[in-house]
Amino acid sequence: MADSETILAAAHEPELQHHFDDSAQQLESSTLGMWVFLVTEVMFFGGMFGGYTVYRNMYPEAFASTSHFMNVTIGAFNTAVLIFSSFTMVLAVRSAQLGQKKALIAFLILTLILGCVFLSLKYVEYHEKWVDHHIPGPGFHYADPRYFHQAQILFFLYFAMTGMHAIHMIIGAGLLAALIVMAARNRFSATWYTPVEMIGLYWHFVDIVWIFLFPLLYLIGHTR
Amino acid sequence: MSPTLPFASTEARTNYLNADYGWKSWLFTTDHKRIALLYLFSITAFFFVGGLFAVGMRVNLLTPQGLFSHETYNKLFTMHGIIMVFFFLVPSIPATLGNFLVPMMIGARDLAFPRINLLSWYIYIVGGIFALIAVIQGGVDTGWTFYAPFSSTYSNTHVILAALGVFVSGFSSILTGLNFIVTIHKMRAPGMTWNRLPLFVWGHYATSLIQVLGTPVIAITLVLLGLERLLHAGIFDPTVGGDPVLFQHLFWFYSHPAVYIMILPGMAVISEIVACFSRKAIFGYSFVAFSSIAIAVLGFLVWGHHLFVAGQSMYASMAFSFISFLVAVPSAIKVFNWTATMYKGSVSYETPMLYAFGFIGLFTIGGLTGLFLATMAIDVHVTDTYFVIAHFHYVMVGGMVMAYLGGIHFWFPKITGRLYPEGWAKFAALVVFVGFNLTFFPQFILGYQGMPRRYAHYPPEFQVLNVMSTAGASILALGYLIPMIYLTWAWRHGPSSPQNPWNAKGLEWEQSPTPPPTYNFDHQPVVTEPAYNYSGREQEVDIGG
Repeated sequence: MADSETILAAAHEPELQHHFDDSAQQLESSTLGMWVFLVTEVMFFGGMFGGYTVYRNMYPEAFASTSHFMNVTIGAFNTAVLIFSSFTMVLAVRSAQLGQKKALIAFLILTLILGCVFLSLKYVEYHEKWVDHHIPGPGFHYADPRYFHQAQILFFLYFAMTGMHAIHMIIGAGLLAALIVMAARNRFSATWYTPVEMIGLYWHFVDIVWIFLFPLLYLIGHTR
Repeated sequence: MSPTLPFASTEARTNYLNADYGWKSWLFTTDHKRIALLYLFSITAFFFVGGLFAVGMRVNLLTPQGLFSHETYNKLFTMHGIIMVFFFLVPSIPATLGNFLVPMMIGARDLAFPRINLLSWYIYIVGGIFALIAVIQGGVDTGWTFYAPFSSTYSNTHVILAALGVFVSGFSSILTGLNFIVTIHKMRAPGMTWNRLPLFVWGHYATSLIQVLGTPVIAITLVLLGLERLLHAGIFDPTVGGDPVLFQHLFWFYSHPAVYIMILPGMAVISEIVACFSRKAIFGYSFVAFSSIAIAVLGFLVWGHHLFVAGQSMYASMAFSFISFLVAVPSAIKVFNWTATMYKGSVSYETPMLYAFGFIGLFTIGGLTGLFLATMAIDVHVTDTYFVIAHFHYVMVGGMVMAYLGGIHFWFPKITGRLYPEGWAKFAALVVFVGFNLTFFPQFILGYQGMPRRYAHYPPEFQVLNVMSTAGASILALGYLIPMIYLTWAWRHGPSSPQNPWNAKGLEWEQSPTPPPTYNFDHQPVVTEPAYNYSGREQEVDIGG
């Protein structure tokens, strides 16, 4: 049973769960847990980056050739969108820290909008690939017959990596929406805003993955 | 059972088992002890499903021409491997005993994330359901290793469904590991320093590192496999420029460390049992603790020894071979230190200790034959033979399952508040030991003589040894059924257990009632002595070894 001290502490801090001694321990646990989770995410994407490295070393010319079919303009614009969304996310965390509810909600909504802009542009890009028969599978077509199979492998990796990234973005957007609802219901205060901080970490991680994906997939053919 | 402290009947107290009743109180519980029991019942069910497939294989191998078709036999060994590895061995000790005991041993009221703990069980069940649907739909024939391009291009069985089951259940393993890491870092009771952690906790910490770092890699590997099977883009298909060896690299990057997920928790249990029944502190505590970490770290650098005959560069193979030998060092440290702990200890021979003896002997055989396989020249001769099968069953079954049964008996009074019948338990431990050796020792000889694994038929000269192996498997099956019966009986009708029936050290025995209350302790535990202080020393010794 929780001893009397813990029960007293819990009365003062409604967000403190029964099995923690105090809020500091609870916050440290959440933070460590989130970082460990992000490590698992690094390993998850790491498997695909490993596969990418192997094939790029095997087929450097084919990979350089395929990157000309990537939409660098949209890719670059999306990179800017995500970096800016990381900035608004930081501002949201800062607002939560200061207990500014309106600013918190505003920055969360802005972050969510930027995330949706990214996903919409990603949809435009995927649609282009569909029209150009660049989706791997039976309908795949590639302009340079020498690189047909190798290009297909790169497009496979492109869709696996950006697709997995987009799934993470969609989950992140859902989490942001949940945060907005929680913030509107006054769930956060200057003393307790752990979910904002944790989802902020997640959002930055997903951005960083894109920072690696963009040059590796879009720009490799443009270095001379 | 050993002499006990006088203690009032447990019936009157409120504990985690009688605090609440009804199915909702179990399916929506966030109590780590109840979740441990949910896991216990689920993995036991999967153990018997996986065991049924093994029965089918051993029956088929009674005669050289076999009983089943090649296709059926392929499905039998595949489903046996998938269920036993991913749905029994990986969660076995961590998700049951670990879940129950890690918070209690460090003096915490629960794991750091109780709801995530419950979520992990649900994820496990969903994954298990996918795997079972794959079985009901007709099974999978790729082997538990899912090697491409057979799995991605040619097999016409339910590969995606089975892979989905493994993919999903992997997240339950990740969440368990994540929970343990955070709990061990942040939730230790006052005085529970890292140097005082029970070795059970050290073993689970090392296991958690592997679960967290390795499991995501198999998850993404299986995603790529599934996509390739749907799209046929050729990523693992050599005829169109893909690299099937890449699949093997990715697969074993998880699956070799995963075999340490399947043995480190067993070693963790054995350390507790050996210290308790020798009435002595573990010899070289810090060496045993850090050998777990060493195994976890080195385990990530040896996966290439599965690829000696797969066309891997010879120089890479040499490096992998060398590092594989290095894993023997921390493993040997553990075996030597357990032995040294027993030396001049007051050794008694209760059931958990019998399983510990079994573990130490059989793990040693399994580990040493691993060195044969890490030797490139010998590996070429015995790759994909029954030598490999015998080797890893000595570690997985002779090691892990023995430790699991030993741990279940050791903590049975803690979990249920009841005592099990010692005579039956000793008899069953003996039956398991005899049955196990009769099953798997002949397979070393079969493999050395060249009988390949995964074939439904074999030349007649191998029949005698195969009949011995099947006979052993029947005895082994009996050895697993007997504890099922008397433990179930004892749970309802066994005599009540005192708080600390073994006079064991450790917070879970000394400072928590049996069975424990929902928040584990009546008072905040405080630790004032090193682990395994059976000699009652006042002062902390320098734990340099």
